[in-house]
Amino acid sequence: MPRMTANDALTSALIEEMRRDSRVLMFGEGVATKRRDLLEEFGAARVRNTPLAEGIIAGTAAGAAATGLRPVIDLLFAPFLCYAMDEIVNSAGKLRYLSGGQFAFPMVVLAATGAGWGVGAQHNHNIEAWFAHSPGLKVAMPSTPADFKGLLKAAIRDDNPVLFFTDLALGFTEGDVTDEVVPLGQAAIRRNGRDVTLISYAKTVHTCLAAAEQLADRGISAEVLDLRTLKPLDEETVLASARRTGRVVVVHEASRMCGIGAEVAAIVAEKAFRDLRAPVLRLTGPDAPAPASFPLEQAFVPQPGQIVTTVRDLLGTRDVRDVELAGVPV
Amino acid sequence: MAEAATRKPRGKGPKEPAMSRDELLRAYRDMLLIRRFEEKAGQLYGMGLIGGFCHLYIGQEAVVVGLTMCTKPGDQVITSYRDHGHMLATGMEARGVMAELTGRIGGYSKGKGGSMHMFSREKGFYGGHGIVGAQVPLGAGLAFANWYRGNDNVAMTYFGEGASNQGQVYESLNLAALFKLPVIFVIENNKYGMGTSVERASASKDLSKNGAPWGIPGEQVNGMDVIAVKEAGERAVAHCRAGNGPYLLEMKTYRYRGHSMSDPAKYRTREEVQKMREQSDCIDTARKLLLESYGVTEAELKVIDDEVKAIVQDSADFAQTSPEPDESELYTDILIEAR
Repeated sequence: MPRMTANDALTSALIEEMRRDSRVLMFGEGVATKRRDLLEEFGAARVRNTPLAEGIIAGTAAGAAATGLRPVIDLLFAPFLCYAMDEIVNSAGKLRYLSGGQFAFPMVVLAATGAGWGVGAQHNHNIEAWFAHSPGLKVAMPSTPADFKGLLKAAIRDDNPVLFFTDLALGFTEGDVTDEVVPLGQAAIRRNGRDVTLISYAKTVHTCLAAAEQLADRGISAEVLDLRTLKPLDEETVLASARRTGRVVVVHEASRMCGIGAEVAAIVAEKAFRDLRAPVLRLTGPDAPAPASFPLEQAFVPQPGQIVTTVRDLLGTRDVRDVELAGVPV
Repeated sequence: MAEAATRKPRGKGPKEPAMSRDELLRAYRDMLLIRRFEEKAGQLYGMGLIGGFCHLYIGQEAVVVGLTMCTKPGDQVITSYRDHGHMLATGMEARGVMAELTGRIGGYSKGKGGSMHMFSREKGFYGGHGIVGAQVPLGAGLAFANWYRGNDNVAMTYFGEGASNQGQVYESLNLAALFKLPVIFVIENNKYGMGTSVERASASKDLSKNGAPWGIPGEQVNGMDVIAVKEAGERAVAHCRAGNGPYLLEMKTYRYRGHSMSDPAKYRTREEVQKMREQSDCIDTARKLLLESYGVTEAELKVIDDEVKAIVQDSADFAQTSPEPDESELYTDILIEAR
């Protein structure tokens, strides 16, 4: 099983899918410049730089997709999608419905986001929930190199528009990668546990795994669930885990209000209430623009210590050791 | 083409017969069908049988009819919410369009789209778009697909002079010129964007030059004259099919009705509308020409009038008898489930 970075896994998915299906093509901001290997293999018509104009990139993709092509577009950073909202939300997301099912929009929109590089609020804004709130779209956000590849392959093969968000901080992380397609809509249990379920996606899955290690040192067994796809959301896996452990903490970098965590908490409360032994809690980024300064940016993102403290509170086992760990007063 | 060529409106009437007798008869019939269809739609709206918004095309029929005569199978058409005429011109059935207006299952979108959102994959009609200018980048995408596939089809992309001020329209002009995409940008300048006259909304005095910075050739055309429209359309289509990139047509036209059914159109005088109706109406002009220059008889036109009347009546009947969609339709056609 080859090891590679998440960025290379993404490229590998693109190459394999473009070899597999001549309708798959890629254009967007700097794609031919930064993906020379794709350009060399598939030529300038299939791998093409565009003007830095997100609206027309997304609009061109939607129009081309309506005729049966399968474009993958790179809009670089998630906040830039604000320029392309009309094309993505009002056109790609709605026209199948508005046409009574006559058209499909098989396209993938790539955009990076997340803390770690200090790029500031106009390049880092976790807006994935916006798209989960829009009908006709799917949303994926992987946490491992294997999923960067496997989920992207599934997104490209999907007949619906898929928003594919990549966490900036994960691009150069390494992992084992296979040729496997990872179906959209299936969560993964990253660590089994009995006492509490930590539900997350993207970078904060690793934060949860680190917290689970620390909790294990204190005799607490935490399950870590990686949503992988935010829409469709894998309710079944979420509910099964919630019922098993009876305690749920949702962790994500995006802000709290109307975030994915709110949806997960509501689903668990609505459908697994009788199996819960504690309220569902959320640990999220603040309702603030993402800062550039490294310490501020780190303070913005949920940290393992905060998860440990939250879980210990939930279990009623918090002690003085947790104060230092979390950096917050008891 | 290194430099944008901009032509002024042609003189009144054709210098030589640019349309055959059959072609002009066909144009007359198609324009009349749109006119009568929309008059009926206006009536049904007044009776409360059509809900939502309803933007009538009455007055502008020559534009879409003349241009559609220049297209061939495989070409795509995309437009705004003032779309009923475009659908009829591309050969979509009046029944399906009217039934969509009344929100019935027999409508082109099964009642889920309504007046502003109708489509026909079969006829290459890509909508029907409710947001001002939203269809223009999609039109560029349709043209991109033609270019990518290496065929010689063109994407007729219509928008109003109001939409011509949207940012995404300029992004589309740039991309189309840069990639040499086979797209014909048709600005239907009916003088009013909702209730704001073009003079009060566009700093540009000659919209046919809106593509000039990117080297897109543009023409101003008398959009009330179906023959002039078709002539310009042939030039545009030939340019695009030959791989020369996009072309822009500013159609000088006029809508007789308000922006939508709820607009009393108080921003212009009754006399202004009356003058256009009396002096420039595309159907009257074609009718006169057929009778006076093409040797067509009143009896022949009567046959067409009757045919159109029957189609419209049939569509209105169908639109009132086709069932309402079942509630289960609410949840279909949102996502495609994996096979």
